[in-house]
Amino acid sequence: MTAPLPGRSPLALAMARFRRHRLAAASLALLVLLALFAAAAPMIAWVLGVDGETVDLMGRFAGPSAAHPLGTDELGRDVLVRLLYGGRVSLLVGITAALASAVIGTFIGLLAGYFGGRLDALLMRLTDGIIALPLLPLLIVLAALDLGKLGLPEWLEASEQISLYRIVAIVAVVGWTTVARLVRGAALGLRERDFVQAAIAQGAGPMRIMGIHILPNLASPIIVATTLSAGNVILLESVLSFLGLGIQPPMPSWGNLLTNAQELIWSAPALAFYPGILIFLTVIALNFLGDGLQDALDPKATAR
Amino acid sequence: MARFLLHRLWQSLLVLAVMSFVIYGLMGLMPGDPIDLMISSNPNVTSEDAARLRSLYGLDKPIVERYGNWLQAALSGDLGYSRAYARPVPEVLAPALVNTLWLLGSTLVLSILIALPVGILAAARPYSRLDYTVNLLAFAGISVPVFWLGLLLIMVFAVMLGVLPAGGTGAIGDAGWWERLRYLILPVATLTLASVGGHTRYVRSAMIEVLRQDYIRMARAKGVGRNRVLFRHALRNALIPVVTVLALDFGFLFSGALVTETIFAYPGMGKMIFDAIMGNDFNLALVALLFATLLTLAGNLLADLAYAWLDPRISYR
Repeated sequence: MTAPLPGRSPLALAMARFRRHRLAAASLALLVLLALFAAAAPMIAWVLGVDGETVDLMGRFAGPSAAHPLGTDELGRDVLVRLLYGGRVSLLVGITAALASAVIGTFIGLLAGYFGGRLDALLMRLTDGIIALPLLPLLIVLAALDLGKLGLPEWLEASEQISLYRIVAIVAVVGWTTVARLVRGAALGLRERDFVQAAIAQGAGPMRIMGIHILPNLASPIIVATTLSAGNVILLESVLSFLGLGIQPPMPSWGNLLTNAQELIWSAPALAFYPGILIFLTVIALNFLGDGLQDALDPKATAR
Repeated sequence: MARFLLHRLWQSLLVLAVMSFVIYGLMGLMPGDPIDLMISSNPNVTSEDAARLRSLYGLDKPIVERYGNWLQAALSGDLGYSRAYARPVPEVLAPALVNTLWLLGSTLVLSILIALPVGILAAARPYSRLDYTVNLLAFAGISVPVFWLGLLLIMVFAVMLGVLPAGGTGAIGDAGWWERLRYLILPVATLTLASVGGHTRYVRSAMIEVLRQDYIRMARAKGVGRNRVLFRHALRNALIPVVTVLALDFGFLFSGALVTETIFAYPGMGKMIFDAIMGNDFNLALVALLFATLLTLAGNLLADLAYAWLDPRISYR
């Protein structure tokens, strides 16, 4: 044998493939930037010397100025700081709900793919059923439910963060289907592989096989599906908040910042523009990122 | 085929039955109940009266029993009264359904008319500049929040240019077809822009998949022309998955219609469902939601039929 070729780890190969996907790399940079700005909202507010809550009825709809780089809204609050705080909420909800969906989806997909048979048929019918339903009207019903009638303790119901928990739960209830389908497909293939068969022959139980032998091999489909569904999750949150059912004001989110935009569209069109463009950029970046990750992490990916 | 159809029909009915129970149960968990609403408009009602009314209308019974009663009435054609409109539910629902079908139908036709040629062109030259551009636009389409897109279109065409109405439907009375069409343009444009991206991607990936097949290479090898390969050999096979996805997308399209109708104050089913839920119009919300589910299931069933028709290999034992 001659000298071995310089070795490249699978991770390095994946990174190389990812970097070739320029859009995905740019998207990742954009997302990181957005997240940093959102995280720094209190600092930026402090530097500007404004907060997102002070109402200034004399300074409504002010144009951009040094104190208010993007102007003020219908109550004279600083638009930029409210956008950043809204970004915190929207991104947090998006990430949390996408992760929750991923956990549920992985669990269901793993069960269906590994055990197969009746359980698989049942779970996949359920998944298909949920995908086919007109989801938004149903989510509106869920968002309008009286939590007191669900038997939730009063302190939780009255807590300020309840609309946060609630929207995460609602979105996760329907958001898991993409992950479940992908995980199930991958698990179905993995089950027949020799190393899994060997583990079965050695007497490993189903929990051990699923946890130790199959789950680590599912990392790429899970990451890709979670990234792609995070975009959908953010869209769902924004539309529910826009309709007045998601995040409740005064806590700002990109969706509920647009709730009043329609009435104000004649007087202050810019107010309707900013939150929407941020939602749009975030979602499209997540979609590009998911697409790029798919190419980078799929070992069978064809060269472009 | 008949057996398969019967099986699918039975399945759809089962889903509908389950959904009706789930939605009925959820309605019971909404804030307030019909008696609360009665009391709120009449200060003379005592709590004893309220309790008596509740037992009179059966609201103190367990949920399964109430659902049974509702189902029995519904199956015999009594869908109840809408609280907000004070008219029987079917009477309220019918015009809204017609409006929504117009919106959805025009959107679907327009979206497919755009997605088919664009998707085929992009797939004919994968990774070309054209394909890249199409891909970019398609991603934009699936990533845009529908309500914001609607707001932008209102901003441009109603506020800045002032050429199209910002919402509603034609004038009261018998408006001409052009007047009606004018009110349909922006909602249809919004929904089409929001759905055409996804549709184009489906067409493109289905075509690329088919163009990889051996029989395509065979056709090219024996000298069949480019267009004939694309449209005659590839397209028909590519349509099979596209049709399925389109049908599965119907639920998504309906969700988009709800948002679009709300933005444009377009009196369709989606807006009606939203208003009914917000206004505690339980009967109307329940029936309208079920109807939307029924529409979706019917769409899926149609897709199965189209599938069998497009693909002779599928026999459905």
